[in-house]
Amino acid sequence: MFAVEMKSIAKKFGDNFKANDCVDFNVQKGEIHALVGENGAGKTTLMKILYGLYHADEGKISINEKEVEILSPSEAIKVGIGMVHQHFMLVEPLTVSENIILGDETTDKFGIIDYTYSEKRIIDITERFNINVDINARVENLSVGIQQKIEILKILYRNADILILDEPTAVLTPQETDELFKTLKELKSKGKTIILITHKLGEVLSISDRVSVLRRGKMVGELQTKSTNRDELAKLIVGGEIDFAASIESVIFKNVILTVENLTVLNDKSTEIVKNVSFQIKAGEILGIAGVEGNGQSELTEAITGLREIQMGNIKVKEKELKNDYPIAHIPADRYKHGIVMDYSVSENIALGRIREKRFSTRLAINLQEIKEYTEKLINEYDIQLQNPFQIISGLSGGNQQKVVVARELTKETDLIIVNHPTRGLDIKASNFVHSSLLNERKKGKAILLVSSDLSELLSLSDRIAVMYNGKISAFLNPHDTNEREIGLYMTGLRGN
Amino acid sequence: MNILKKNIANGLGTVIAIIISLIIGSLFIAVIGKNPYIVYLKLFIDTLGNTYGIGQVLFKATPLILTGLSVAIAFKAGLFNIGAEGQMNIGAFATAWAGFTFESLPWYFLIPLSITAGFIGGAFWASIAGVLKARFGSHEVINTIMLNFIALALVSYFVNNVYFVPATIHTPEISQNAYLQRFDALTGLFKGSPFNISFIAALLACLAMYYLIWKTPLGYEINTMGLNKNAAKYAKMDIKKLTVLSMAIAGGIAGLGGLNFVNGYKHYFELGFSENAGYIGIAVALIARNNPFGIIIVSMFFGILEYGGLAINTIVPKEIVTILQGIIILTVITLSRIFDWETLKSTK
Amino acid sequence: MDDILNIAFFLQALRITIPYLLPSLGATFSEKGGVINIALEGILLVGAFSTTVGTFYTHNIFIGILCGVISGVLIGLIHSYVAITFKANQIVSGIAINILALGITKFFCKIIFNSSSNSERIIGLETLNLPFNPFIILCVIILALSYISIYKTKFGLRLRAAGENPEAADSLGINVNKMRYIGVLISGALSGLGGSWLAFNQHSFTDGMSAGRGYIALAAMIIGKWNPLGAAVACLLFGFAESFTLQFQESGIPTQFIQMLPYVLTIIVLAGFIGKATPPAADGIPYEKKD
Repeated sequence: MFAVEMKSIAKKFGDNFKANDCVDFNVQKGEIHALVGENGAGKTTLMKILYGLYHADEGKISINEKEVEILSPSEAIKVGIGMVHQHFMLVEPLTVSENIILGDETTDKFGIIDYTYSEKRIIDITERFNINVDINARVENLSVGIQQKIEILKILYRNADILILDEPTAVLTPQETDELFKTLKELKSKGKTIILITHKLGEVLSISDRVSVLRRGKMVGELQTKSTNRDELAKLIVGGEIDFAASIESVIFKNVILTVENLTVLNDKSTEIVKNVSFQIKAGEILGIAGVEGNGQSELTEAITGLREIQMGNIKVKEKELKNDYPIAHIPADRYKHGIVMDYSVSENIALGRIREKRFSTRLAINLQEIKEYTEKLINEYDIQLQNPFQIISGLSGGNQQKVVVARELTKETDLIIVNHPTRGLDIKASNFVHSSLLNERKKGKAILLVSSDLSELLSLSDRIAVMYNGKISAFLNPHDTNEREIGLYMTGLRGN
Repeated sequence: MNILKKNIANGLGTVIAIIISLIIGSLFIAVIGKNPYIVYLKLFIDTLGNTYGIGQVLFKATPLILTGLSVAIAFKAGLFNIGAEGQMNIGAFATAWAGFTFESLPWYFLIPLSITAGFIGGAFWASIAGVLKARFGSHEVINTIMLNFIALALVSYFVNNVYFVPATIHTPEISQNAYLQRFDALTGLFKGSPFNISFIAALLACLAMYYLIWKTPLGYEINTMGLNKNAAKYAKMDIKKLTVLSMAIAGGIAGLGGLNFVNGYKHYFELGFSENAGYIGIAVALIARNNPFGIIIVSMFFGILEYGGLAINTIVPKEIVTILQGIIILTVITLSRIFDWETLKSTK
Repeated sequence: MDDILNIAFFLQALRITIPYLLPSLGATFSEKGGVINIALEGILLVGAFSTTVGTFYTHNIFIGILCGVISGVLIGLIHSYVAITFKANQIVSGIAINILALGITKFFCKIIFNSSSNSERIIGLETLNLPFNPFIILCVIILALSYISIYKTKFGLRLRAAGENPEAADSLGINVNKMRYIGVLISGALSGLGGSWLAFNQHSFTDGMSAGRGYIALAAMIIGKWNPLGAAVACLLFGFAESFTLQFQESGIPTQFIQMLPYVLTIIVLAGFIGKATPPAADGIPYEKKD
């Protein structure tokens, strides 16, 4: 029997973005079902609809072959659905058992919690499904792998029969992943139904019974895992054959601009996230970094731009140790967070990070006239659409805001340019503009590091592509000799590990 | 154009908030059996209807301009300076100390020295909170509140135990060479009121803040840090240095708040002279949306309330003014949230 | 001679601690839930005044205490409304309320008692004819109840969740804002009760009589690492220090430096010199539901 049947689910965000477009999704009782697709394909949206966090615009849901309306997580819980989110919902200073019973506490008539009862129930569950945790430990002291187990225990405590796990292995070490899979198999053997949202094809193949593929909001395939293979899946995810990169003339100069040697960097949780990475970029070269977000790319660029400490190894620019005052052009991934100040005008944003340049100010005074003229020059050169240079930047379209960032950074006097997801959220025209700007700088002999999850972008711009997986570079590829599918295999760890 | 619309909306909203506050205040007046309209009328007429009243209003507004600026500069940097009261006291004491210690210096040395001492005193006091935030990440809100009390205890010690004048709670008088003259002595205007030329220092401070924030690279960096700390970090600004510097400047300006009383009026430092000017400064900065020229106007409004309270004290207890001040602050921050204007939403 | 000195000293210290302990415990409830309540100073004042007026007119100290507590809750309601429902800045709201409290108490004091500084005399706890101080017992009971309710009950668990990770609490069906309201109202009630003590102890109301105790209560909470027992220990520390200065006037250390002690200690603790001093993670941040 079907544990979950979702029929013709549609969900739009804003006027144009169809996150889910007439999606049918079916899960058999007692199976492990993988839901795969690229970032933004609509997997999380679909599951959030199932869990009652979002409401579908159209469509029906049936649980255990009975039609239901799920308007909130509590209703989802009532029909036996539990969801483990990518970002854990745990209260750090509380203990494991406190986190598990929160919201569902059993008390006496004074409101005092009956921990004996709750703990017994929790221990029963841990024994039944073979999940080992110290229920009296405080969550903040536990590893990510164990925190995830707590999230699973939370939903089991509430009698979930259908478990949704959203990218569960994104934050786990290989060993923790093995542990998790052991647990999932145990749960399956006790009759639970599991839906696994993931982009890691290796895991799909090793643990799931069936797999459904979403691409750009549409369901494009539902297969028995046994009867498919990595190539077929990759093709479904990415969509058909991909043309090879348009060839760009080789203009590589001889001198090395950036040298990264044995670089190791820690993330915010003090775990190694960049592991012993080494590479060089020559003048006039674009090195593309491919990889799924979270494999160390952001921390790598932060280390190079001086925003994050280096744990081990070193970074050199033109054979000299990189100092903090060496100007680097940096186009950040999140322009709203790091790239622009929304309350500032366009010209004030042009000055961001450059206000101390001699042409723009002395110690005591800003040269407003110079900034204005410089801004007007850049507006022309980069064809930024706006009403006037003193307009507040929040009134510009995303594409034009990005053009401001690009204009500001690429006109800095420097040999090194670090670029992070430069065309995210931009339309074709704006994207093309950014691309040609980068290629221009390349012709002038700048060294460019390009991090992006847009494979076609990487293929069309890079001289070489390095793939980052799990903090290491798993391959250096030549864009002329590779394609998106092959890069995808390295990105998902199927090759090179 | 967006800026203009926003400013008009803000100004209109503030006026509405004040009107609502006056209405709520009138409930208190009515409850004790008096006619609110008559009371408010008397308040405005007695304060603005004669030059003595106007002089008093401006006298009371002077320190508020400075504490308002202090809080506003800190807000621009994204910092919450609740310590203006303590900074003002330390600065005022330093001003008086310079004034009675170096009494033989001629006025063209002593006045600048006295003023500078006030600035340095306040700046030093505020930078303690700045360093604590930059170095240890501890939040400036609680630290500045604590420092206020420490400052009050400290000056109490100096006044009562070190520089005491028996049977008083003030210091020895400052030298005549440190006096800042009253306007009525200099020009005959505002006769009888203690309104003095320290007001000019306050106006100059406004100009200085305007110039700093809008015309200098340092001001640009401070403003950026306050608007988007992450972008400031990515633009390689030295957040720690800017934090300490912003607090120091803010504290220094608050430190000048004592000039009005010490150099321009009583000519000594007295415990309790500040009368919560530091806290009212927070209200001033908020209502004026951290704009230096708005601060002048809002300070004058609070000055009208403060002096007006004395004027209506025969009909209605002057504390109605304090009640109004509290209500105005609450109304402004609540209305700002309803209409989603620019104001602080959280402390972090 | 020494024995008498010690007992008197000890009892005095406990008495002094009462108006620190009650608001400090209150603050703990508020901040555990995630709302910063600086208005405790003002609530102490209003509580003291309400108690004075209530006792003055009814000659009944229980009515007086009731007035104190209820007025505390009402002021707490203003703060909750502004900070939780309207999500305005909690610090500014607290400061505004303190200013308002100062004004309201002096205003009505002038009207009722013809002086904006002093009320008339009221009866105190001596009318109960008890051999011991009932408020000290009350404080111990409240301390115990506070600890139990925060760490052992369903309410306490949910309150703590609301203050540490409101999103997680929300995801489990907990009404975060309701929890926060209750936390703030409890802080109002306890601070109002502390104000009652001040009024009874002095047998009158004087303007500004809270004298910074609300801020010291906050300091104690911070030094006590947001734990009711820790806050109680810190309050006792301050109580003993103050009692010490009263007993031994010529100790060589000027009183002002002893007065500074709680504040300096708070700064040191906040800077992390005495272990980590982290408030609840969502402290001070209004909660807005996403989507």
